[in-house]
Amino acid sequence: MNIADVQIVSILPQTLLLAAALVVFLADLVWKDRKGIGLLALAGVLATFVATVVMLAGPGVPTFQHMAAADRFALVISLVMSAAAVLAVLVSLDYIVRVDLPAGEYYGLLLLAASGMMFLGAATHLMTLFLSLEILSIALYALAGIRTTDIRAGEAALKYFLLGAFASAFLLYGMALLYGATGTTSLAGIAAAVPSVQTDPMLIAGLALLLIGFAFKVAAVPFHMWTPDVYQGAPSSVTAFMSVGAKAAGFAALVRVLVAVFPTLYAWWVWPVGVLAVLTMTWGNLAALAQGNVKRMLAYSSIAHAGYILVGVAAGEAGVSGVLFYLMAYALMNIGAFAVLIALERAEEDAAGVELERMRGLFHRRPWLAAAMTVFMFSLAGMPPLAGFFGKLYVFSAAVRSGLLVLAIIGVINSVISAYYYLRVVARMALAAPAEEAEPARCPALTIGTGIAAVGTVLLGIYPTWLLNLVQGTLAVLFGG
Amino acid sequence: MNSTGFPLLSLIVFLPLLGAVLVLLLGRRSHAGIRAVALAVTLIVLGLSLAAAALFRPAEAGIQLAEQAPWIPSLGISYRLGVDGFSLFLLPLTALLFVIAVLASWKPVGSDEASRSAVQSYFFWLLLLETGVLGVFAALDLVLFYVFWEAMLIPMYFLIGRWGGERRAYATMKFFIYTMAGSALMLVAILALGYFAYQSTGAWTFDWQTLRELKLAWPAPLWLFAMFGLAFAVKVPVFPFHTWLPDAYVEAPTPVTVLLAGVLSKMGVYGFVRFGLQLFPEGLRAAAPWLAVLAIIGILYASLSALMQKDVKRVIAYSSVAHLSLVVLGVVVANAQSLAGVVMQMVSHGIYVAALFLIVGMLEERRGTRLIAEFGGLWKPAPLLGVCFLIAMLGAVGLPGLNGFVGEFLILVGVFQGVRVYAVLAALGMILGAWYMLWTFQRIMQGPVEARSAGAADMRGMDLLVMVPLLVLIIVLGVFPNLILVPAGATINALVSQAAAVAWLP
Repeated sequence: MNIADVQIVSILPQTLLLAAALVVFLADLVWKDRKGIGLLALAGVLATFVATVVMLAGPGVPTFQHMAAADRFALVISLVMSAAAVLAVLVSLDYIVRVDLPAGEYYGLLLLAASGMMFLGAATHLMTLFLSLEILSIALYALAGIRTTDIRAGEAALKYFLLGAFASAFLLYGMALLYGATGTTSLAGIAAAVPSVQTDPMLIAGLALLLIGFAFKVAAVPFHMWTPDVYQGAPSSVTAFMSVGAKAAGFAALVRVLVAVFPTLYAWWVWPVGVLAVLTMTWGNLAALAQGNVKRMLAYSSIAHAGYILVGVAAGEAGVSGVLFYLMAYALMNIGAFAVLIALERAEEDAAGVELERMRGLFHRRPWLAAAMTVFMFSLAGMPPLAGFFGKLYVFSAAVRSGLLVLAIIGVINSVISAYYYLRVVARMALAAPAEEAEPARCPALTIGTGIAAVGTVLLGIYPTWLLNLVQGTLAVLFGG
Repeated sequence: MNSTGFPLLSLIVFLPLLGAVLVLLLGRRSHAGIRAVALAVTLIVLGLSLAAAALFRPAEAGIQLAEQAPWIPSLGISYRLGVDGFSLFLLPLTALLFVIAVLASWKPVGSDEASRSAVQSYFFWLLLLETGVLGVFAALDLVLFYVFWEAMLIPMYFLIGRWGGERRAYATMKFFIYTMAGSALMLVAILALGYFAYQSTGAWTFDWQTLRELKLAWPAPLWLFAMFGLAFAVKVPVFPFHTWLPDAYVEAPTPVTVLLAGVLSKMGVYGFVRFGLQLFPEGLRAAAPWLAVLAIIGILYASLSALMQKDVKRVIAYSSVAHLSLVVLGVVVANAQSLAGVVMQMVSHGIYVAALFLIVGMLEERRGTRLIAEFGGLWKPAPLLGVCFLIAMLGAVGLPGLNGFVGEFLILVGVFQGVRVYAVLAALGMILGAWYMLWTFQRIMQGPVEARSAGAADMRGMDLLVMVPLLVLIIVLGVFPNLILVPAGATINALVSQAAAVAWLP
């Protein structure tokens, strides 16, 4: 095989991340400067971001050996992922020194996980699908438990690993059944074979198992039990990245499989996905209402947001661009919210996350930090004119278009419920008298990360068109030729 | 861009936003500069909105000064502004009340030291609120309207929550969740409407003018109206959705209460006409008997509640519910007299209720209490305050020659022509209104001088400056109601014929 035929350029962003991960691992052997290694990782993710933007702007590139696509869908996912990774590295630079985490492992695993997520978004073959899912999952298991001195982190990692392995087994079993029913492992091949074997029970069972596997990965109720503990136990910067990246990757694969491979079985999968959406939104929001710990509250809120995105998935073809837009909006506002928590977090007493009471009077102590948090909270609650509102507008309009009016109604009612707990954070910051507290951390990188997220959340709300144009019509090229 | 080629409405709507940014750029400590910027911006907006009223051609019924630009083309969402004879006067009213609110905030607002010194953020939110409210009255794209409608809650949340009274945190949360819950379903209705347009024309659109021409199959107009109507009913508020109001009105600082009662309550009525009567006449007609009954219950219940309040701010708050319920009744009956009354009363109520809440603020400032029983004989030490209170109060009870009379009378005449029993019950509410207003006035201003009131200062300086324009308008609009009724005439006729086309109430 000629090297020119390998078409390595179509997996350029993923490759860049892998290379950066290797560089970070190696540098860690000889260089003990944690900030320096962080900056290396930052350079890697920035390069990936730039490569993704260039590829999005340029002419299309072919698929990688029919294993991974570089279509617009994959590239938008890569854009979300690399933006999330840039923000995650920015907020980590100072944080991992403060809470004393090993830099080489931390950044290396982070980059590996990001690369796995991007591969998952691009996968057009059951093999790549599974391998990339494992790359990202194993990296995240290790990251969740990276704080080896904390028993809570150990519990989180173990729980995540056990349930994640369980989910992988479901996926693998489903894939085996799909292969059995259609005789091929390429998504395009399966898609071509589906119409002729539509009612084959093996195919339906395979699809069902696949759906359950993904439901675990994106933390859909009732497959969410691991989420709150893992999100709370993992270091905040990891949670920020995981809640956005793993979710986006899982949804990317789910959408590609459901919408592009099984469009003819829409009537079969719309119901389970719709029911999952309702359960996930409602349970996530109701449970978040009861939380006094902001980190745990954001964990439940992340479940709720998976529910809103599932509404877009249930809308089928009409919902694809909405799902992509929502993922981008969620990446900005959720990592932003975690960035503020990271600024407030102190190494010793906040191992389990920042308590709500710690936010008291933040507006008096750090007005800009509090203002950024306010933007994130209102955006997460879906208030216009912020990114979160247009994410919801987009997925709900897709639902209405697909005749799922009920899902849209349940979605907006859930938004109202969620407003209550997001507002509680704002109320503590703005309306309560300041508590006697240590000064929140000041670090240029953290400030830049928070600032980018806040400005992005506002801009994506005021002028969403650029991203909407990008995500429009991604479906037409879902297999990348 | 409009026919004159000058984006006047955009300027009116977004100038306060620019002012808010300016306020942020000024130093935290330069209180005088911040106030000056806020006053200058609100005055310019007032001037521009009067210019818009002057440019308006009264003979035409349709949308004027229209502007449009693409915003989110992929979903058919565009930036569209415009006014007709119905919304025309809501812009100067809003602009005027914001000027008054800025002047009334000249002295530090708030109940504790931290909030009193946060002048910068106070004016930032106040100016942001002005953009939101003006945007609601000018937006003619449904999504744009929803954006303004919801976004306005954010500044309101902070204004009540940070600068309000004792129970401000509770009141502001209740206000926010209640109004957000009310308008949640409106978003679904807007999306459904856009989808219906997509079904019939092949393209998504949220353009109000296009959607008006959409033929909707029954019962779509009814459930769409119900989803919109819930949002408006909470905002007005219509019984039984009024429970957030006493808390929010009472806990908000005086300038914010003025805005809540003066302009924000008009957003609900405006919505009932713009998106109820004009978009879904069949839906409104089907719901009319129910809404009418709720409005009448609202009038009587709120009047009786006002009669029993011990706190003068609550008296005015409940009176506002009663008066606006009458306006909703006028919309529901939808004939020539009642709709003229609605247009008139929306402006009139905004003016006299603002004056009344300002007076409540001055009473509280002088005595540190709002309990009616703690006052008495205040006329002696503060005769000017007494005169102002008297004029505003008489405007509110509908004394002929003052502005409240014209609107109430027209609505009652219209309702009488529609359904007589409604008119009788509504008039009963007006009698109760005169009772609680006069009684409140009597207990506060007349009788033996309460010992602690003896030294109360009279109005002077800034107090007079905020009050006089409102009192002048109460009299001028009472004597020359045609200032409003004539420019609105063509629009009112168009509304009436649209209502008549679907065979309104017997």
